[in-house]
Amino acid sequence: MTHSKKNALKNELQSDLGRARGLGASHHGVGHWWHERVTSIVNVPLMLWLAWSVVKMPGWSHAEFSAWLASPVNATLMVVAVISVFYHAALGCQVIAEDYLHVGWMRRAKVLLLQLFFGVTAVLCIVSILKIAL
Amino acid sequence: MADAPLKTPSRPLSPHLQVYRWPLGMAMSILHRISGSALAVGTLMVVWMLLAAATGPEAWATFQNFCVSLWGQLMLFGWTAALFYHLCNGIRHLFWDMGFLFAVRDANRAGWVVLIAAALMTAALWCAACPGMGE
Repeated sequence: MTHSKKNALKNELQSDLGRARGLGASHHGVGHWWHERVTSIVNVPLMLWLAWSVVKMPGWSHAEFSAWLASPVNATLMVVAVISVFYHAALGCQVIAEDYLHVGWMRRAKVLLLQLFFGVTAVLCIVSILKIAL
Repeated sequence: MADAPLKTPSRPLSPHLQVYRWPLGMAMSILHRISGSALAVGTLMVVWMLLAAATGPEAWATFQNFCVSLWGQLMLFGWTAALFYHLCNGIRHLFWDMGFLFAVRDANRAGWVVLIAAALMTAALWCAACPGMGE
């Protein structure tokens, strides 16, 4: 049985091309959804750790905060948190832009600007952490 | 006939958002997106904090003065509430992704658990952290 005939039996009104169009061949379609979930799971313990650290902070002077951030464990967790949270924020904002912006070039420009913004600010955070910690 | 302009007959429209009362799930769904957007803006505060700490004591003092000001405190309170709400409701979403809590009863119960947990966590953080702020 040819492919198109098999298809015709399964769904009479839809051609092979109609079925394939829009599905894409890269198999990366669920990547965005999956990354959003993975970063969300990573974010949960990291944000609870951050909240706990805020509560346990001995004081909020520049010296005290810098000393806290200079600890290798705190600096590492903070860098991981920045990467995971900012990436999660970029993915979430992308969904919002795609939902509400309907003009193709505007949507694409907004998504690119969001990625640029969160990318640059994440690097800024990481450089600042490393400057204190190293 | 192809050139004839399309006429829009005055048919009744299907019901849209404004005709529904707001059930819990609907309100919490849009609140998840609103809190997420607020937190995305709130990343700027994290950037400022880390940048100020890396720049030096004077930049840190500017940041700290903003944090202890009335507006700063209000914004920080809003962001912590948004963080805990988004975190708890995100876990509710992860349960849905795994195929649980789909019955209306379960979804609503989990919704109330999320709201109460987020409120308690926000209150706990501010009760515990407030005395140390600004010192």
